[in-house]
Amino acid sequence: MTVEAVIFFVAAALALGGAAGVVLARNPVHCALLLVVTLVAVAIFFLLQEAQLVAAVQIIVYAGAIVVLFLFVIMLLGVDREESLKDPIPYQRPAAVALGAILLGEIFVLAGRTWATGATSTRGSVRGPVDGQDLGNIQRVARVLFTDFLWAFELTAALLVIAVVGSVVLARRSGQRAQLDEREQAVEEQITQAELSEAAENGSYLGDGERPSETPRVTS
Amino acid sequence: MSVAALEITPNYYLVVGALLFTIGAVGLLLRRNVLVMFMCVELMLNAANLTFVTFSRALNDIGGQVIVFFTLVVAAAEVAVGLAIIVAIFRRRRGATADDVHLLRG
Repeated sequence: MTVEAVIFFVAAALALGGAAGVVLARNPVHCALLLVVTLVAVAIFFLLQEAQLVAAVQIIVYAGAIVVLFLFVIMLLGVDREESLKDPIPYQRPAAVALGAILLGEIFVLAGRTWATGATSTRGSVRGPVDGQDLGNIQRVARVLFTDFLWAFELTAALLVIAVVGSVVLARRSGQRAQLDEREQAVEEQITQAELSEAAENGSYLGDGERPSETPRVTS
Repeated sequence: MSVAALEITPNYYLVVGALLFTIGAVGLLLRRNVLVMFMCVELMLNAANLTFVTFSRALNDIGGQVIVFFTLVVAAAEVAVGLAIIVAIFRRRRGATADDVHLLRG
């Protein structure tokens, strides 16, 4: 076997094993850590396919920022406890697995017959000289990103600003909004109480085991 | 094909991408914890990225790698807003499963 084949099969085992672990692990913290395994394995795939810049960005942004954000929220919310395995909707799990199998079959049928046409565009090449020069991967990506995709690139700046503002607005509460929340919270509390008593009867509540009897109010 | 001369063609990567995407989709349907459902969405996005990069090499077209950048940006924005929504929901309901969000249920 060639070196590429060995690396490919090791990375494929890591990627698929990590992905299966994300789905099957009961503790959210374990899910997040197994997600890192999959992300690093996909970064190895990128390296194998001459996409060095994308591989580095994958590690920095995904493993370095997004997964840390996930872990941060898990710890902040204190949901790092195991999930109940009881299934509140009957036959949901077999149905989900069956739908997944159908999806996989669809992908293979469509990719084999219809979609993968092999058409190529003229954005720029991954290999070979460009304008008589031999450029590196970063230079090739940058040439296309700042010419053909400049408008999209600038739109991503707007998208990020909107996302930041949106997260701040969603996560804070103050003034009038807090008063409104108080009323909504009272309604929610009634619903929660009704749910709790209902769940206590069936003994099938899925959430946390140490739920406080009274929803703590966030004063602002 | 002999094992000694096994060549990794783009199809191998595409199959791994399809399997990753399917695992992510099944996880999204199976899990009830909103945070884990989010991670499954990330898995699906990664599978799409892997497919883009595979075709980028197979067709010798750098466009696929540039698209991966935009996917990464959208994923980062999605995670930021999504986690803020989860935090906002959790503050009120003290639960982070999809079953806790059913105010609109008839």
